[in-house]
Amino acid sequence: MSTRTEKIDALAKKAGHIGDDPGVSLTAAAWRRLRRNPVFLTGGVIVMAFVVLAILSPFIAPHDPAVPMLGDQVIKARNQIPPSQPGHPLGGDQVGRDLLSRLLVGSQQTLLVGVLATLIGLTGGLVLGTLAGALGGWVDTVVMRAVDIMLSIPGLLLAVSIGALFARPNIYTLIVAVATVQIPVFARLLRGTMLAQRHSDHVLAARALGVKPRAIVFRHMLPNSLGPVIVQSTLVLAISIIEAAGLSFLGLGNPDDRTPEWGQMLGTAQNVIDSHPQLAFWPAGCIIVVALGFTLMGESLREALDPKSRR
Amino acid sequence: MALLEVRDLSVVFQRKGEEPFAAVDGVSFDVAPGQTVGLVGESGCGKSVTSMAIMGLLPKRGNKVTGSVKFEDTELLTLSDRQMRDRRGRDLGMVFQDPLSSLNPVIPIGLQVTEVLERHRDMSRKKAMVEAADLLNKVGIPDPRRRLTEYPHQLSGGMRQRALIAIALACKPRLLIADEPTTALDVTIQAQILALLADLVRDTDTALIMITHDLGVVAGLCDEVNVLYAGRVVERGSRHDLFAVPRHPYTHGLLASIPRLDAPKGERLSPIRGSVMDNIPWTSGCAFAPRCPNATDVCVEVTPTMESDPVGARNSERLLRCHNPVAQEVPA
Repeated sequence: MSTRTEKIDALAKKAGHIGDDPGVSLTAAAWRRLRRNPVFLTGGVIVMAFVVLAILSPFIAPHDPAVPMLGDQVIKARNQIPPSQPGHPLGGDQVGRDLLSRLLVGSQQTLLVGVLATLIGLTGGLVLGTLAGALGGWVDTVVMRAVDIMLSIPGLLLAVSIGALFARPNIYTLIVAVATVQIPVFARLLRGTMLAQRHSDHVLAARALGVKPRAIVFRHMLPNSLGPVIVQSTLVLAISIIEAAGLSFLGLGNPDDRTPEWGQMLGTAQNVIDSHPQLAFWPAGCIIVVALGFTLMGESLREALDPKSRR
Repeated sequence: MALLEVRDLSVVFQRKGEEPFAAVDGVSFDVAPGQTVGLVGESGCGKSVTSMAIMGLLPKRGNKVTGSVKFEDTELLTLSDRQMRDRRGRDLGMVFQDPLSSLNPVIPIGLQVTEVLERHRDMSRKKAMVEAADLLNKVGIPDPRRRLTEYPHQLSGGMRQRALIAIALACKPRLLIADEPTTALDVTIQAQILALLADLVRDTDTALIMITHDLGVVAGLCDEVNVLYAGRVVERGSRHDLFAVPRHPYTHGLLASIPRLDAPKGERLSPIRGSVMDNIPWTSGCAFAPRCPNATDVCVEVTPTMESDPVGARNSERLLRCHNPVAQEVPA
């Protein structure tokens, strides 16, 4: 006996689920939308898998990435690169080290570079952007002109120049080089949103309450300006992974190839790319997939947090 | 004894490469404790700029504030930033027009109420939370404990404005400036908010400056009304006198343009011709002259002064700035 009242109840129940329930903050509402977004889920799965593999890689890698297990094959076959074989599904590299193990362990370096470079870039950008956006006046002018100068140099070129400043390149100089390029991006983004906040009604209302300038900046302006910055940092994760690979490829990364790194593997593969494309294919594929994962996540995050595209 | 004395307050906006522009020009009025004074006028007549000047919230650069704003014998215009900051929120409260955008969207309501308590009354967070719940209760927000943990977007429009009033009243300011507090709300909520403000003024002896373009709000709430046009007060009187005997053609026009339920069917509204921008910037004469039905050559040439108007004074003093006021009407 499906009565009208039952139908109405069902409709009301359905309608009750549209929109955000009371008791959720903006972030919770964004998360609710993200959970059902296939793009975000795809990106999230890739990123999660990458992070888990990077952490577990020393334990699950079938061989030691630094030991040329197949070195005798290389010598016997006159510098031939060991092909795929039982125990070594992807074969070996030029000196006979297991390619699969090197790829797995290489993810650690990539994760380290991506996360650290983004964090450093974010911190630097936050400091500069907050200074410029909160103080305004000549501080703003000085900081933003410096930022403009840095932004006028192409990113990779700037990173290469900074990387080349260090006498002995290693993974940390690489991180510094990649991070420096991202600082002005974050600074400019944050400064823009801070300026918009400075003229917003709730900041005026806070001033009308006699709230101290420091509290206005850190409690009212900064938290409201962080949305775009958070989104940008997921995108920067992808960018810095690619740029780090690029710098390693150019020889500005860690010169010690016992610690595998995808960009550096790509660099050493270029001599044999005609005869053994798999040496370039696998690290390149890994870089692409991981960067894609972060980008997908960042894009859907941007959409979820953008009030204009909501609903 | 007036709590706030505004004398000859002028605000001139000065931008590089542009003519200086007087947004507020020689405004004077008093507010006594427990009194509600209305500043009425259309958009761009300087209502909000006047209130911002009193609160010291105008940007430092690009404008010049002259005259005097005395709050209990303290000259507010010469106070330092720090001194003024200590006064705002404690002695002077302000309620803004748009309740949603005036609340910080990423902070729960509770923290926004306690912020001002911690700032001015040196309360601990814990004590302030108790006080905050009490405040929300006072302004008529049901279930205040739950509301304290919620975010602005979860509250209804009326509740947000109540919350804003609670925040403005947290430190029991003696002067409250309400800048069009009901504009963003629908009519039933407007009435509730106005009743709330009226109660507050009566119970706590707060002085209230009501800034509005809504003559209905004025009729319901204000003791004394200042009608502003193009940065000048053009007419002042008690609410009853002003509505009964509008003397300035602008006030008369405003009242005449209100749609009436008892008007005959098919009767057209009678708007004021032109717009306030028609005569900006003017150099001499009355700013309202180009739109005024009574305007004569004198109006264009000679700036009228603020003078006592015995004709319009029924039970209070009247001030008028007009060469050709509306002829006295027979009181109903």
